[in-house]
Amino acid sequence: MHMIAPNTGLSRRSFLKMGAAAGGGLLIELSLPGARALAADAGPFAPNAFIRIGRDGTVTLVMHKVEMGQGTYTAIPQLIAEELEVPLDAVTLEHAPPDPKYAEPLIGAQITGGSTSIRGAWKPMREAGATARVLLVQAAAKKWNTDAAKLVARDGAVIDATGGRRAPYGELVDIAATLPLPTGVALKDPKDFRLVGRPVRRIDAAGKVNGSARFGIDTVLPGMKVATVAASPVFGGTLAGVDDAAALKVKGVRQVVKLDNAVAVVADHMWAAKQGLAACAPRWKDGAHAKLDTAQIFAQLEKSSESPGAVAHKAGDADAAMKAGARRVDAVYRQPMLAHATMEPINCTVDLKADGLDIWVGTQVPGIAQAVAAQTAGLKPEQVRIHNHLLGGGFGRRLEVDFIAQAVAIGRQVRGPVKVVWTREEDIQHDMYRPPYLDRISAAVDAKGMPVAWTHRIAGSSIMARFFPPAFKDGVDPDAVDGAVELPYAIPAMRVEYLRVEPPAVPTAFWRGVGPTRNGFVVEGFIDELAAAAGQDPVAYRRALVKDGRARAVLDLVAEKSGWGTPLKAADGVRAGRGVALMQVFGSHIAQVAEVEVNADNEVRVRRVTCVIDCGFAVNPLTVAAQMEGGIMFGLTAALWNEITLADGRVQQSNFHDVRMMRMNEAPRIDVHIVPSGEAPGGVGEPGTSVAIPAVVNAVFAATGQRIRTLPIAGQLAAKNT
Amino acid sequence: MATINLNGRDVAVDLPDDTPLLWALRDGLNMTGTKFGCGIAMCGACTVHVDGQATRSCVTPLSAVKGKKITTVEAVGEAKVGAAVQAAWQKLDVVQCGYCQSGQIMSATALLASNPKPTDADIDAAMSGNVCRCATYVRIRAAIHEAAKSLA
Repeated sequence: MHMIAPNTGLSRRSFLKMGAAAGGGLLIELSLPGARALAADAGPFAPNAFIRIGRDGTVTLVMHKVEMGQGTYTAIPQLIAEELEVPLDAVTLEHAPPDPKYAEPLIGAQITGGSTSIRGAWKPMREAGATARVLLVQAAAKKWNTDAAKLVARDGAVIDATGGRRAPYGELVDIAATLPLPTGVALKDPKDFRLVGRPVRRIDAAGKVNGSARFGIDTVLPGMKVATVAASPVFGGTLAGVDDAAALKVKGVRQVVKLDNAVAVVADHMWAAKQGLAACAPRWKDGAHAKLDTAQIFAQLEKSSESPGAVAHKAGDADAAMKAGARRVDAVYRQPMLAHATMEPINCTVDLKADGLDIWVGTQVPGIAQAVAAQTAGLKPEQVRIHNHLLGGGFGRRLEVDFIAQAVAIGRQVRGPVKVVWTREEDIQHDMYRPPYLDRISAAVDAKGMPVAWTHRIAGSSIMARFFPPAFKDGVDPDAVDGAVELPYAIPAMRVEYLRVEPPAVPTAFWRGVGPTRNGFVVEGFIDELAAAAGQDPVAYRRALVKDGRARAVLDLVAEKSGWGTPLKAADGVRAGRGVALMQVFGSHIAQVAEVEVNADNEVRVRRVTCVIDCGFAVNPLTVAAQMEGGIMFGLTAALWNEITLADGRVQQSNFHDVRMMRMNEAPRIDVHIVPSGEAPGGVGEPGTSVAIPAVVNAVFAATGQRIRTLPIAGQLAAKNT
Repeated sequence: MATINLNGRDVAVDLPDDTPLLWALRDGLNMTGTKFGCGIAMCGACTVHVDGQATRSCVTPLSAVKGKKITTVEAVGEAKVGAAVQAAWQKLDVVQCGYCQSGQIMSATALLASNPKPTDADIDAAMSGNVCRCATYVRIRAAIHEAAKSLA
């Protein structure tokens, strides 16, 4: 997402402070770049991450970045431990505690998303570690009345080799806290790294294999009730009535809570709450959208997108070049609504007391969560304490706080703590969805089939305009066009337009890979179309257009590692093919080759995906590979099977029987190759997903000759078959 | 009121007989290692062992487990196979968000307990009921082979 710029351009000293920690020890305060970086006036120093080194030598990092599987809780301690010269297991990471001093003053800054954590932390975290190390060395010099230059820091201690002395950090922290903040601290030469850049195993694994890791849904409090919810099945509908008595007859049900657009049944346990909810048989006023269906939404996109949008990018005179080309290629691409379907169902526990409100939740946005909870409860933000947890998947769903507001609204009517848990059906039918999009894309090609003009009109919901309005400028949503503007290809004349078209009533939200995941499908599908129209090999065609050395390198390597151009075996009646896709997004360059087979029933199986990523310096190669493996399959799942559809205003899917997930027996072999690089780190959480979708679509074309311009693939191939 | 044999101990649960074991564990006994994912046995997050068999606790009422031995992820590591699976998971850095992994560990342990040298096809058959939205499948497969090797 564009709202979080990886490079702030501000000097590092404005981002570091130090002092004595409460209760003894050294405290380093730093400000990680967030939304602040986007604001013209960054304002006064406002730390949002804290490193405490205690008298016992323990190093505690307190920060608002959350762990949702992406490995941030391992990679960020690597950065600190490297420069601080402590073992990795000496660093403990805590969620920002419920204390207003940890809240970033600018709402929107406490965000984990957009593949930004390591990009943002890369320099400040190492600088903080190095600064603390220098302070501790200087403290030892003072203690021993010697020259700091004679001392070295190693393994959590300062060592004086000539004097035969050693002082663990814990003995030095109180002296260090009295020293002035050193300036001009040098960072290590990457060739001296012992932790950063190494395949370090995750530090959060033990609790995740023995059941002790706590997610928001695992909150247990004395006297806590459990509630489950049904919101109006039609978007925008309201609650007309419920049979309270029937619900209260269920053993264990305590209360029926009515909201404007939902009903919650509060019980001693989830089973009673579920039965109570079924028994109370809510009646609804469907409202204005009772007849809304998917076809109407796409008809609206189809019609709206006939008009020009706001120009997001312009190079040369695309209209003139379009007329001058030898031939023109036009296509319309359509992408469906998608659900997030995090494995941990949506939940939020609230306890409204006289002195304030406590919230137990897993959220990507603690600051926004605090604000919306306060607003809903009629409290001041500082009266709301957010107890953040591990996230059982985020993918953009936990950037949203709709369910937190709802839980607070329920909690206001309940005495004592209540854990609100959505069923999977509620999760699928009341998600905030990845919006449906329609893209009109055209190119003029020269006599050799190479593009000389390119126009791309992107029509769909602007999530950014709602989520972070300052980023939506002059009619352009920077996320919606991300991956459509900065192409890896040299095209002399280009125009990219964005047209904001909001589907009636349907709430929309970010989804893994955000804008580039939508644009990758269109741009890389269309480049593949141009290659086919030119009668050229898809890799060779891209290679002829690529303008950047890093992009060319990943393309060449993926062709080599995937066996591009070598014959594919397939059983009788099965068609096999390979497809390639290349993108430069989230600060990374990435290319993939998908190898598919399509059987006589038009079922697609992905046999293998080869992925080459140049993500700059790979802080933790094990994590980079994990994010590629998972991100690729996340994209394949959606590309092959997923769409959320509406009929009579209602979402037609409800659970994993009709929201198909990729499973073990369908998981392809995935080979990940990480290009060695000394460049600043790029993002890895999102781009695997973005590139996988066009790679598999192009492979299906290679196997079947059918060009997929509407997702999911399954529906398109089946449609052709019938 | 039901009494169940849980992780080697008899435990009383003050819930109706039709209560799914999942909610008895999570809400009745505060044992939150077993996860709720779908409620219809389509995702495997709630997998426990009932007499050693991988069982979806979200659709298994208390009445069906009386007199049987239930093992959950909190105790699966006390036996050799479960411990080997947990160790392999960590060695190969399997987990991401981790939410589904309790169920994955339980399914993998049940597989290895009955089939010490599973093939890829055996792994497909035993594990395809367990959804991982982070899609850690590549490493789960490798970790099952690794655990099998360590137990051999």
